[in-house]
Amino acid sequence: MSENNNMERRELLKGLATVPVFGLFLVNLWQKMRRDAIKKSNILSNLVQENSAPAVIKGLSDSRHLNIGIIGYGGRGSHLIRGAGFATKGWTDTAANNAKNNKLDKQFETYMTQEDLNCSLIGVCDLFDVRANQGLDASKNKIRPGEKPRSTATRYLHYTELLANDEIDAVIVATPDHWHARIATDAAKAGKHVYCEKGLTRTFDEAIALHDIVKETGITFQLGHQNRQVEANEKAKQIIRQGLLGKVNLVELATNRNSPWGAWVWNIHPKGNVKTIDWDTFQEPSPNKFPFGEEALKRFFRWRCWFDYGTGLSGDLLSHDFDAINQIMDLGIPKYASSTGGIYFYKDGRDVPDVWNATFEYPDKDLTVLYSATLSSNEPRGNRIMGHDATMQMGGQSGGGSIHGFIVTADSESTQYKERLEKGIINTKYPIYTYSPGSKQIDGVTSATSRYFANKGLLYTYREGKRVDPTHLHIKDWLDSIRGGSQPKCNIDVALHEAVACHMATESYLQGRRIEWDPKKRALV
Amino acid sequence: MKNNPSGNYKYVGSQLNGLVLLRVLIGWHFLYEGVSKLINPYWSSAAYLLDSKWIFSSLAKTIVSNPTLLGISDFVNMWGLTLVGATLILGLFSRYSALVGMGFVLLYYLFAPPFLGLEYSRPGEGSYIIVNKNLIEACALWVLYAFPTGHVIGLDRFFAKSEPN
Repeated sequence: MSENNNMERRELLKGLATVPVFGLFLVNLWQKMRRDAIKKSNILSNLVQENSAPAVIKGLSDSRHLNIGIIGYGGRGSHLIRGAGFATKGWTDTAANNAKNNKLDKQFETYMTQEDLNCSLIGVCDLFDVRANQGLDASKNKIRPGEKPRSTATRYLHYTELLANDEIDAVIVATPDHWHARIATDAAKAGKHVYCEKGLTRTFDEAIALHDIVKETGITFQLGHQNRQVEANEKAKQIIRQGLLGKVNLVELATNRNSPWGAWVWNIHPKGNVKTIDWDTFQEPSPNKFPFGEEALKRFFRWRCWFDYGTGLSGDLLSHDFDAINQIMDLGIPKYASSTGGIYFYKDGRDVPDVWNATFEYPDKDLTVLYSATLSSNEPRGNRIMGHDATMQMGGQSGGGSIHGFIVTADSESTQYKERLEKGIINTKYPIYTYSPGSKQIDGVTSATSRYFANKGLLYTYREGKRVDPTHLHIKDWLDSIRGGSQPKCNIDVALHEAVACHMATESYLQGRRIEWDPKKRALV
Repeated sequence: MKNNPSGNYKYVGSQLNGLVLLRVLIGWHFLYEGVSKLINPYWSSAAYLLDSKWIFSSLAKTIVSNPTLLGISDFVNMWGLTLVGATLILGLFSRYSALVGMGFVLLYYLFAPPFLGLEYSRPGEGSYIIVNKNLIEACALWVLYAFPTGHVIGLDRFFAKSEPN
């Protein structure tokens, strides 16, 4: 009997011999999970899940149908109009085809699933016939988010004719910068709401004047900084507001591009000639005039390369980063700006620098903002907000490993995290916070330049886990504000911050001295 | 060691100990690989699949581009690894779990084999040419399939029909 019992016991023991290993595993797992949980709760006090970006409010678009006009239907203009829900047949065909060939290409899907903004494109003005016709084509294309277009657009040869159409409620200004101030001013005076591309104006004086006219007329004005809609920037703002970076004395913003396209050496359209381009109107507000010819064609299609039409890196790229940091940290206009640079790589007749560095001083905030740009290196530096306790790296190589994410890493000499660093709860080698939206979704962002924009959050953002084009959200914000009588996110007040800061830096480069902002006189001294 | 009529092996001590140890260690590895994915809400098989090279790379792309397929892939990986791990440790259905586990690691091998000329963006944790740890683990699981031990040390013992040693 007892032998039988022994046999059974031995049998049982052999059968269950490895169960303790399983138990050991569970104990270790539990310990690890507890450690992780303690680490997590010690790191960024539940910030991670709590505050998600504002949901996209639906329904506002239903209230009132709006008629819009576009002035300047070029590369950017056509993107803005897509944000409003109108794309050319050529674009929708190509995008649909791309999606077919590359399953990771979500551009078409993103476009087709964007909200119908309840508006019509009824006026198009462009000085180049080919683009004006493309704009008309976009207004008719039935392949769009929502129902087929209610009405098709009329072409206007001059923007004043478009503004004279009483049926148009609002205009998008996507011309080169040297036209922004005049068109936006006339539009405001005509009672049209304005969405104006960045940089706000070509000159400082124009920016001040435009700000005042928008205030006087009370129109709804939106500056084209779609970063205002990017979820990552809102998260970053929360983190900095909570003081998790400690005192921030230095912010570093960077632009790196390394392609002719990135340096604005764009193709001269084969159909561009004296008959298809209204060159005289184009150069009317620019300081230097040129007869139509080879030089004029270059200047028409590559206008960003000359101070006659824009401000180069300043208005084109610094403006994005400056506005983003202004959004995150509420900086306002700096007290001083200085900048240096030169034309070191693209010696192609341009007069704007291709390597350019600017510093902005905020003595009242104990802060320096440093901007550094090169058009001959693609090294992804990203933007860094450096605090006494932690550094936030946005975009670039270590931007959370994903598109427009950011990471926060504790500083080894941090006061706030001292104890936790000593205890090993926080390690400076690993981020204490990682924000990588859409990490479970995969995008096929292909070219280096689109990756540059994507890293800065300018191409895509996420709302409730769904990929949306921030340009669409920015247009929607503007149209909703028109309907609801509220202020859009990049209204004329914050637009002025960006414009003045950029003009200070541009003037510093041109004048070779430090520029000071006098807030009382609203002047540069 | 010899085959008894029911197909179960009898081993001498060191053979048995070695095989059981191998089974438990591989089980532990699988179990933690599975559980660590289960408890990480951000884990996805997408990153691995996206970096796939060789014959399965287009299949990998198809999976990644389709949220449903990716969801299935994530689910199968998380739970598959966990179950294979647990059953290997416990010695439950251990022949089948060795076979399924072999299938898993063989697929990982084939989705990203360390062949000459294939460059991966994810940094490797070792140096491999043709042979890597996935391939070795697959082979080890084959051994565990061929020389089962669950019926001797493990829960399979309670299901074994014949008299084990």
